[in-house]
Amino acid sequence: MVDRIDFQQLKAGEVNLGTSIMAVQFANGVVIGADSRTTTGSYIANRVTDKLTHVHDRVYCCRSGSAADTQAVADIVHYYLQLFSQSSGAPPPVHTAASMFQKLCYENKDALSAGIIVAGWDKEVGPSVYNIPLGGGLFRQPWAIGGSGSTYVYGYCDATYKEGWGRDETVEFVKNTLALAMSRDGSSGGVIRMCVITEEGVERLFVPGNELPKFWTGTEVLAAPKTKVVLDPQVAPMVVE
Amino acid sequence: MTSVFSPPGFDFSNTLRNNFFAEKGLPLPKATSTGTTIVGCLFEDGIVLGADTRATEGPIVADKNCEKIHYITDNIRCCGAGTAADTEFTTALISSNMELHSLSTGRKPRVVTAMTMLKQMLFRYQGQVGAALVLGGVDATGPHLFTIHPHGSTDKLPYVTMGSGSLAAMAVFESGWKANMSREAALQLVKDAISAGIFNDLGSGSNVDACIITASHTEMLRNVEMPNIRVQKERQYGFRRGTTAWKTENIRSLVVSEEVTLLGTGDEMDTT
Repeated sequence: MVDRIDFQQLKAGEVNLGTSIMAVQFANGVVIGADSRTTTGSYIANRVTDKLTHVHDRVYCCRSGSAADTQAVADIVHYYLQLFSQSSGAPPPVHTAASMFQKLCYENKDALSAGIIVAGWDKEVGPSVYNIPLGGGLFRQPWAIGGSGSTYVYGYCDATYKEGWGRDETVEFVKNTLALAMSRDGSSGGVIRMCVITEEGVERLFVPGNELPKFWTGTEVLAAPKTKVVLDPQVAPMVVE
Repeated sequence: MTSVFSPPGFDFSNTLRNNFFAEKGLPLPKATSTGTTIVGCLFEDGIVLGADTRATEGPIVADKNCEKIHYITDNIRCCGAGTAADTEFTTALISSNMELHSLSTGRKPRVVTAMTMLKQMLFRYQGQVGAALVLGGVDATGPHLFTIHPHGSTDKLPYVTMGSGSLAAMAVFESGWKANMSREAALQLVKDAISAGIFNDLGSGSNVDACIITASHTEMLRNVEMPNIRVQKERQYGFRRGTTAWKTENIRSLVVSEEVTLLGTGDEMDTT
């Protein structure tokens, strides 16, 4: 009898959310954001994916890891939160939703590859962000980043984040961080999707792929050669039928 | 020492045995796979689905004109790629459950219902059921188009492709798809996408099937394009009569002749 079989690796042909995801809390809400790339190996299965998933009116999650696993987990939590709000007569606290995610991710850690950030607003504690990394831990953080692209931007976040930001500054921070992560991580890309979750409601923001914030692109250093390249008139372009 | 108690859930112990066999040169038998091009596309008043008609078993074409657009309900159809048996039986099962579901709720079936049933089933089997699907239909909430991967993940998009020819077909969609296309333009685009799969992907071939679903009507267009019809051979390749020389000739009669002699006395029952 086999004691253990390695389930940690992504199964062959599995759809992967090689991802950049992020959530930041501010004075009266949270801003969550994600790239839009879904890959199967080297093929982009979906270039406009929505990784910001609704689980209740004021609670969303950002999904990273296996698309199948995270969708299944989010669907289950969505179902439990509907039961919760119907039986208790009030919307669920963000911590309750995060605990449901954590329970599923921890108890099935052998079978799942899911890194989830839960964020939202509730009337008990206001805005909050919870990070649930691969092993199924649960950590409350003022800001959280996740997915394969996040490793490139930890330093940027540490250097940039300040407490006491307003909505607009937080949105800019999320947008810039994700653009940097997407430019360095091959598994992330496409467009940026963001949500601003406050007591009043959920506002969706969209940044098209050709309007992403630009940083150092290298054009100033690697300028065009000084001497103009003149084509040899003897060399005729290849005739194509 | 092995335990006499087995843990709950699936038992994966055979994977080790099978890996050992494979190492010793005894691989598992391969299932018939529909190395396939299947597509779906949204247009102004509905959905067009498309599929090629080749089924393969490794390098062999097992069926030159199979049907890959499966019936779910009157207003929902599902294209299947991957393991032929799995696509056939999962769509048949969900079709059956959709009928029962709409009978029990008394409502017209919805595309998201079929999508949820399929993804939950495929997720339960952890990718062991090798069905890669394109699900499309029109219901009370409008037209919907989904892809469902074997592990149970789903995507909702205005134009989708799946199977080994999905790259060729997606290239056609990415360059030709526009929002709010007419029925004719959408059908032509789907035909072009499937043709790209048929001609550029080895796993796909033969004919084009299409299915147009609108709020009022579903039209199944079987073999709407047949770009690979077998034509009469230009020459005969049979040997002429008398090509082979022989030394002796022996003609035997294979008819066994027998004679029946009646033994009766003349007073037995007449059985004629």
